[in-house]
Amino acid sequence: MSTQSKVARILAAHPFAKRAAVIPILQEIQEAEGYVSQDAVVKVSAHLAMPASKVYGVATFYNQFRFKPKGKYHIMVCRGTACHVKGSLSALRLVEEGLSIKAGDTTRDGLFSLEVVCCMGACGLAPVISINGEFHAKVTPEKLKNIVEEIKLKGEK
Amino acid sequence: MLKIEVNGKTVQAGQGETILQALTRHGIKVPTLCHLPGLAPSGACRMCVVEVDGLPSLIPSCSYPVADGMRISTNSRQVLQARKTIVELLLSNHPQDCLYCGRGGDCDLQRLARQHGVRQRVFSGERIRREKDMSSPAIVRDPEKCILCGKCVRVCEEVQDVSAIDFIQRGAKAFIGTAYDQGLNVSSCINCGQCVLVCPTAALAERSYVDDVLRALNAPGKYVVVQHAPAVSVSIAEEFDYKPGTDMDGKMTAALRRVGFRKVFDTSFTADLTIMEEGSELVKRATTGGVLPMFTSCSPGWIKLVEQFYPEFMPNLSTCKSPQQMLGALVKTFFAQREKIDPADIVSVSVMPCTAKKFEAGRPEMGRGRLSDVDYVLTTRELAELFRTVGVDPAALEPETPDTPFGERSSAGKLFGASGGVMEAAVRSAYFLITGTEMKEYTIQELRGMKGSKELRVKAGKFELGAAVVSGLGPARRLMEEIKGGRKDLHFIEVMTCPGGCINGGGQPRRADTESVKARMNALHHIDKDAPLRVSHKNAQVKRLYDEFLGAPLGRKSHELLHTRYTKRDVLR
Repeated sequence: MSTQSKVARILAAHPFAKRAAVIPILQEIQEAEGYVSQDAVVKVSAHLAMPASKVYGVATFYNQFRFKPKGKYHIMVCRGTACHVKGSLSALRLVEEGLSIKAGDTTRDGLFSLEVVCCMGACGLAPVISINGEFHAKVTPEKLKNIVEEIKLKGEK
Repeated sequence: MLKIEVNGKTVQAGQGETILQALTRHGIKVPTLCHLPGLAPSGACRMCVVEVDGLPSLIPSCSYPVADGMRISTNSRQVLQARKTIVELLLSNHPQDCLYCGRGGDCDLQRLARQHGVRQRVFSGERIRREKDMSSPAIVRDPEKCILCGKCVRVCEEVQDVSAIDFIQRGAKAFIGTAYDQGLNVSSCINCGQCVLVCPTAALAERSYVDDVLRALNAPGKYVVVQHAPAVSVSIAEEFDYKPGTDMDGKMTAALRRVGFRKVFDTSFTADLTIMEEGSELVKRATTGGVLPMFTSCSPGWIKLVEQFYPEFMPNLSTCKSPQQMLGALVKTFFAQREKIDPADIVSVSVMPCTAKKFEAGRPEMGRGRLSDVDYVLTTRELAELFRTVGVDPAALEPETPDTPFGERSSAGKLFGASGGVMEAAVRSAYFLITGTEMKEYTIQELRGMKGSKELRVKAGKFELGAAVVSGLGPARRLMEEIKGGRKDLHFIEVMTCPGGCINGGGQPRRADTESVKARMNALHHIDKDAPLRVSHKNAQVKRLYDEFLGAPLGRKSHELLHTRYTKRDVLR
């Protein structure tokens, strides 16, 4: 199903929605599309009779919303307390530098996207990252480099 | 009445009042930053905290209601320290360039820092860097100067119903921006400048053309003329510490000549001309089955609002250019021919109470060939700056009169500066055009005053005209929705973008409260009361202009020089 009809279908399911529904609607759109596009923000604004600046303001307030499509490999770096203590900041920096993107971004080739999350509930494995749902425990800089390089090789093929 | 104790003294307070309101009435000054009188308090900045007996922490007085027997302290050690800390925290992410800042000496944050004895940077943390937005011809945004008080966001939403800007992101990353942080020029911003009026710092300012005007005045071979809008002369006095409502028309004209302008014209002259053109257009629409109701077109913020939010109403807009643009067009045609000057050598400057006029002057259709009708637009504030830069004190000068051929005006033209004024001028002349007789009483009280929405049914002979006057785009949009919903009793609607009209425009002196704006309005009404010429159709210079140059209203020349067209605009909305 095309992008446009997905958003249209979601909005059609909320025929009398008011401003208060903006967050659940944005969540549904992100669920369906993987991110919230500019086109979606404009359509949500029109549907809820809400200025686009407001919808954009609300969406950017929350970490959960992405504004770029997810990459083929979606990396989530945990920055919860336990992971922080175990050095997740350097893990995050390493991924950011290795891929030349910041949290919330997607690489130009669409291969990687990066997200920072507050806790994955796997504190015993700290520091932990997840790639497309697959957990990598107790990551060290060395380990991380290998993981990223491996995917790059796979992706290039 | 309730009794409260303030700093050990018992005073009276009204039921339902906030603490701030009660304190202000009793002459106790509580500092505020995010407070906007007339709008619901947001309680965001905490500058106005006071101590109340029995409450565990300091409370914001702007949003806390008084209660009987309340004991309040506004100057305890704890209160003063808390306020000082708030200022210090705001300054921790603020540039230290007050010497070079456009608001230096006129900045609320600077004033609060001084009042609270802040003498050094206490918190030095990482500064957030953001680029200036110079994309708009009317308004410049400097996010580094922004302290996130949110007043601009609230005025844009709650007063103007535009919401071009909002808080983006959160926490330390939060900033004020447009949807998708695009440039203001491509956003839904209508350039009204109401945000500029309320901004406590230099985060929002008009795009200044003072330097360009100075350069033109000093350029050899250039013939620099100036026009000033009706609302400027009754407001600029505030920039020179006169009380609001002082009219400086003659002194300002004298000062403009001292600055070096070759001719000083009065935009009220083309306001009279607008009445002739717009009045004829209304009669033509009414008698030939044209599109009604007709909306006035002198307020460029309103025009952009229609173009982007209500394009289906573009045929309802009068095709008349605004008085600024009409005068600009005449200067480079009729005046240039008459004085035998090459129009390319003329630099046409206007002084307006308005930031949106800067945008209007830059519209591509406002000129012929490479020549713009108007080259530079200064706000009232910028004109005061120009006077100070050049060292001209208008207060010390003897009043002078403006230049022919665009100097004579009726007081009806002057009324264009306040909400209801265009309609009042139009009704006076329409009455004459239809009945052939003058109105017994020119003053139309129903159209005056600060109300956002005013209506009147006018009888002239066998005609009855449904007239509505709205100011502020909130009331304007509500009326648009009524018309969309099928309302059919209105024929002519005056819309001014700013609440109260141009006297409260985005280019006017800052810090005007409702009383000051009323005083400016009263000054215009006072001018009208005593004026020898109170109707546009008796303006002899306007008649001469038709005889010698234009022909008749709505004629070929008028159509070419004085009328315009509109463009649908796609913006994120």
